[in-house]
Amino acid sequence: MSEEKTYVEDINRTIYDVVDDDSDAFKLEQGLTEDIVRQISEEKKDPEWMRDFRLNCLKLYNRSQHPNWGPSIEGLDMNVIYTYVRPNTKMQHTWDEVPEDIKNTFERLGIPQAERTSLAGVGAQYDSELVYHNMQKEVEEQGVVYCDFESALKGEYADLIHEKFMTLLPPTDHRYNALHGAVWSGGSFVYVPKGVKVSVPLQSYFRLNAKGAGQFEHTLIIVEEDADLHFIEGCSAPKYNVANLHSGCVELFVGRNARLRYSTIESWSKNMYNLNSKRALVEEGGRMEWVSGSFGSHVSYLYPSTILKGDNSTMEYTGIAFAGAGQDLDTGMKVVHLGKNTSSVVNTKSISKNGGINTTRTSVQVMPQAKGARSVVSCESLMLDSESKSDTIPVMDIRTDDADVGHEATIGSISDEAVFYMMSRGMSEEDARALIVSGFADNVSRELPMEYAAEMNNLIRLEMKGTIG
Amino acid sequence: MSKELLNIKDLCVRIEEKEILKGLDLSIGEGETHVIMGPNGAGKSTLGNTLMGKEEYQVTSGEITFMGENLLDLATDERAKKGLFMTFQNPIEVPGVRLSEFTRSACEAVGNKMSLWNFKKAAQEQMKFLGMDPSYLDRELNLGFSGGEKKKAEIFQLLMLKPRLAILDETDSGLDVDAVRIVSEGVRAYQEQVGGSLLIITHSTKILESLKVDRVHVLVDGKVVAEGDESLVAEINENGFEKYMKA
Repeated sequence: MSEEKTYVEDINRTIYDVVDDDSDAFKLEQGLTEDIVRQISEEKKDPEWMRDFRLNCLKLYNRSQHPNWGPSIEGLDMNVIYTYVRPNTKMQHTWDEVPEDIKNTFERLGIPQAERTSLAGVGAQYDSELVYHNMQKEVEEQGVVYCDFESALKGEYADLIHEKFMTLLPPTDHRYNALHGAVWSGGSFVYVPKGVKVSVPLQSYFRLNAKGAGQFEHTLIIVEEDADLHFIEGCSAPKYNVANLHSGCVELFVGRNARLRYSTIESWSKNMYNLNSKRALVEEGGRMEWVSGSFGSHVSYLYPSTILKGDNSTMEYTGIAFAGAGQDLDTGMKVVHLGKNTSSVVNTKSISKNGGINTTRTSVQVMPQAKGARSVVSCESLMLDSESKSDTIPVMDIRTDDADVGHEATIGSISDEAVFYMMSRGMSEEDARALIVSGFADNVSRELPMEYAAEMNNLIRLEMKGTIG
Repeated sequence: MSKELLNIKDLCVRIEEKEILKGLDLSIGEGETHVIMGPNGAGKSTLGNTLMGKEEYQVTSGEITFMGENLLDLATDERAKKGLFMTFQNPIEVPGVRLSEFTRSACEAVGNKMSLWNFKKAAQEQMKFLGMDPSYLDRELNLGFSGGEKKKAEIFQLLMLKPRLAILDETDSGLDVDAVRIVSEGVRAYQEQVGGSLLIITHSTKILESLKVDRVHVLVDGKVVAEGDESLVAEINENGFEKYMKA
C-alpha cells in the first residue's frame, strides 16, 4: 500500500469507445445560427408552433450567459459543435433493419439483449435521431404510448405535448434550456394512462457517435393517476479529443397517486460536456423516484429537480457520481415542497480519484403552504487519494415553522485497515479497493435492475483498475 | 514430528522506532496446533500481523519460511493464497459489502472455487453450525454485528476458506461463555475437517479446553521464554505469567 499513486490518464472503456464511421451521416454545419435552426426544423417537418418555439429559444439563447458558478466550460465552443447529425437510416422497429454498424454498437452495449430479457420497450438514439423503437404488444394494448418525440408531435397526443412541452423546463430558466429548445432532436415520449401499471421497465439509450457533435434529446413522460412506470435512461459515447456536448431535457409529470421511477446510468466519454436538465412535477399522493449513476463526462452540471405540488406527494433521490482524472462533476438535486405533508428523502454519494472533482449541491425549499413537510438529505463522499476534491453545498430554504428537515454530510477515505483485512483473505489490493468502492455504491446498485447494477459494478471496476501504484 | 509448515528464526520486528519482537523462534508442523500465551504487550498480536505482512510491521532481521518458501517476499494477499489466514481481534466493518459476497470473493481469491449453489449450501451449513442465523450472509460485513457475531463471522470464513495455517488473534477475548464454546467448536471442526494447522494467540485459556493442543509457547517481551505441552496451559492458568516475567 504505497503512498504514491500512479496517475492514470484514462481507463480502458473498450466497449464504449468503439467509434463508427460517420461519413455517411447527414450533418448540418457546425455552430448555431438561425439558418441551422430553420434547417433542423425543416428536416423534422416541425409543426409551425414548434418552429416558432425554436426560433424564439434561439433568441433567448443569444441573449443569455453561462451561469457564473460551477465548473469551467471554457473548452466548449458552440461555434464548432455539430448540433444536428442524422444517422444514415430511418427509424426501425426491428433490429434486423438497423444498419449493421449501428446495430453492432448497440449489441456491444447489450441493448437488444436487455430488451429480450428484461424490458417492456426500448428506444435507441444514435446521434440526433432514434434509429430503433419498439415496445411489447401487451404494454401497447394497455394504452401505453412510447415513441420517438418527432412521431409523438404528429400523433394522438400532439395537443397534450404542445400544452406541456418545456413548461417544466422553460427556455427562460437558463442558457442550456434555451439552446435545447432551439436545436432539440430525438428523445422519447411516454404516456401511461390512468391506472395502468407497467410491470417491466422501458428504456431509452442515447449514443452519441459523431465527433464534435451535440445531442439534445427531449424526454417527456406523463404518468396519469394511479399509474406506475419505471423508465431507464442509458447514455454513452466514444472518446474524442474534441468537445462533445449533451444537453438533453427530461420533463416528468406524475399524476395523482401515481409512481414514476427514473433511473439513469450515464457513462459519457471524458470529452463530453453534460449540461442536462431534468424536472418532475408530482400531484397529490404521487411518488417520484430518481436513481442516478454518473460516471462519465469531462464536465457535468446535473441536478434533477422535483416539485412536490400535491399534498402527500413524495420523492426519493438516490445518486452516485464518480469523478476521475480530468473530470469536474457538479451534480446534486433540488426539491420544492409545495403540498402539505410532502416528503423527500435524498441520498447522494460521490467518489473522487486521480484529481477528479465532485461538487454535490442539494437544494431543499419548503414553501409556506407546505405544512408538515419532511426532508432528509444525506451526502457521503469517498476520496480515493489526496489530490482529488470533494465539496458538498447544501441549501435549505424553509418557510414554514412545522417542517422537519435534516441534512448530514460525511467524507471518508478507504482505510488501510480495511484493505489489509481484505488482502488477508486473498484479494489483491486493487480488488480490495474496488470491492470497498462497490460497497459504498451498494445502495444505488440495489435500486437498479440486475443488469444495470452489474453494468454499474463493471464501470466501478473499470474505474478502479490501475488506481494503485 | 510432522512435516514442517511454518518456520520462524530469530525474528526481530519493530513498529516505527519501537522493537517489539526480539529474536523469536517458532516452528509449526502440518496439522499441529500451537498456542502462544503471554501478558499484554509481549508482542503476541505483532507476531500475527507480521506473519500476515501488515505494512507498518518492519522485519529488521530473522526469517520466516512457509512450506519452505520465504514468506517475507510476499504481499499479504499472496500469503493468503499460499494458505495463511488470520482472524482479527477487531474485524473491520465494510458498508455495502455482504458477508456472503465477501466470503465468496475470498474463496475464489484463495483458489477454493465452487459453484454459487455449492457455495450457498456450504455457507448455510456453516452458519447453522456456528449458531448464526443464515440471514447474516446478506448483512453488510461486520456492520452492526455484536462482538460475538463478529468473531463467529471470522470463524465462518475460516471454515469456508480452509487455509493451511490459521492464526487466531485473541478470538476468544470479550466473548461470553456460550460464544467461546461455539467458537471453540468451530475451531475444532477446522482441526478435524480441514486438518489445518493453528497458531492460537490468547491470554485466556477457555477456548483451549476442548481443543487438542500440541505445543504451548510463552511469549514475554518479544521472545519465547518457555515451551511445553498442553500441561503448560494449566500451569499458567494457576500461576499466571509472573515467574516468566521475572526471568
